[in-house]
Amino acid sequence: MKVLVAVKRVVDYNVKVRAKADGSDVDLNNVKMAINPFCEIAVEEAVRLKEAGVATEVIAVSIGDKSCQEQIRTALALGADRGIQVDVDTAAEPLVVAKLLKGVIDKEEPQLVILGKQSIDGDNNQTGQMLGALANMPQGTFASEVVIDGDKVNVTREVDGGLQTVSLNLPAIVTTDLRLNEPRYASLPNIMKAKKKQLDVYSADDLGVTVTKHLTQVKVVPPPERQEGIKVADVDELVDKLKNEAKVIS
Amino acid sequence: MSTLVIAEHDNSSLKAATLNTVAAAQQLGADIDILLAGAGCGDAAAAAAAIPGVGKVLVADNAVYEHQLAENVSQLVAEVAAGYDNVLAPATPNCKNFMPRVAALLDVGQISDIIAVDSPDTFQRPIYAGNVIATVQSADAKKVITVRTTAFDGVPAEGGSASVESVESVHDAGLSSFVSEEVAKSDRPELTSAAVVISGGRGMQNGENFKLLDGIADKLNAAIGASRAAVDAGFVSNDMQVGQTGKIVAPDLYIAVGISGAIQHLAGMKDSKIIVAINKDEDAPIFQVSDYGLVADLFDALPELESKI
Repeated sequence: MKVLVAVKRVVDYNVKVRAKADGSDVDLNNVKMAINPFCEIAVEEAVRLKEAGVATEVIAVSIGDKSCQEQIRTALALGADRGIQVDVDTAAEPLVVAKLLKGVIDKEEPQLVILGKQSIDGDNNQTGQMLGALANMPQGTFASEVVIDGDKVNVTREVDGGLQTVSLNLPAIVTTDLRLNEPRYASLPNIMKAKKKQLDVYSADDLGVTVTKHLTQVKVVPPPERQEGIKVADVDELVDKLKNEAKVIS
Repeated sequence: MSTLVIAEHDNSSLKAATLNTVAAAQQLGADIDILLAGAGCGDAAAAAAAIPGVGKVLVADNAVYEHQLAENVSQLVAEVAAGYDNVLAPATPNCKNFMPRVAALLDVGQISDIIAVDSPDTFQRPIYAGNVIATVQSADAKKVITVRTTAFDGVPAEGGSASVESVESVHDAGLSSFVSEEVAKSDRPELTSAAVVISGGRGMQNGENFKLLDGIADKLNAAIGASRAAVDAGFVSNDMQVGQTGKIVAPDLYIAVGISGAIQHLAGMKDSKIIVAINKDEDAPIFQVSDYGLVADLFDALPELESKI
């Protein structure tokens, strides 16, 4: 079984991102970039399927300019077999990313596609579901467990108040949630080996996709500041404040 | 102009998130109808019809919609959406699951998690875990939108008398099926609608210690939440996670215990009316957003707090 896993290059999750003074965009000058944490979980899950003998080949794909090859190499160092970069020069919207991934699916015909549930930059939480619609595949979003069962996959999903398990016909889409697995670190020998793995580059044209624009970012601003409150000396003062000043408990 | 709001419900009752979404829809200035898809969902539909300002409630009551499978529900919503300019749903785990599928079927972008409506095509939404607020303008004729419910005060649940019409379309994509559900039975209020929330972080040290929050939660009728750090460390389950990648809450009182205040967490709770922080590290960032901060060891402070409220 061939598994396609999508990875996105984003600001490292430890970086505190700020809006530029002119409000045109966020300031990404000289900040550390990394593989999106949810995508890292997706790569780990795909590699584990291969180690378990379920997957035969793991292909890591990223949509972006040449710099995203760094994140594809990270995925290769973590155990993916080969990489695909779909070269687009601007940040593509989720619908466009989904169309490009659909193009890759048409070429590669994977049985399982694993993506992160959302990226920590745009926080859209859309791409996997959109890809499901475009490819007419079922989806198991916010997955905390993935079990291949013949020509189906059972996905346990994080839902309100607990877990839901659905059975999906393969080929299927899975998007990862936090508890699915704990990603490994790439070892130095594997990082070296990853440099030699195959990495193909496609353009949007190669995949027959027109890059369209649906949303325009008008401006970005910092969130409203919350007034810093006071420190209370002890529990008695806290209870008194909550009862008599804030009046939120009785 | 007309707007379709997708109802959030559990077949027997309508969820409050629907009321927040109608509130956001009203700001678009168009007529509002509600679509409710489920099975045996007559009571929920009746509740939706009682929301003031709603024209009609479209009910698709069929076994194929019982478990809200995205493959089926998205086809239904996309079909009904043909007659509308805007489609709005609350950004709940359930609607987040199928709405992007709807957008793709309609070949439009989705605007996720809006917190303000600037004009009928321009919206505000948090990005980068709430570190910045983006204003975005949609070029699509049809808008597909999910709404951060805590950003809009819900409309009243009673007082309206919308007509109820049934939708006969049955969409069974035949791609997926429901297997099972494990929903924790709890007498506590739901995290996203509770008036009081008490959350624990990495400072709780282990899952067992979360029991220290129980007594206080019982007395205040509070829901119990957790930071992502506590979930990552395996102390508690992910459905308790408050934060940008978990649940967004805005209760009257939020008590953060042993939570340092990572931006990820703040994004999920900083719209709470009153925030209390209990942390032994006086420099913890959580104190910068708290109304009342108590620098103390939580293992001393929690039993004392429980006894005094």
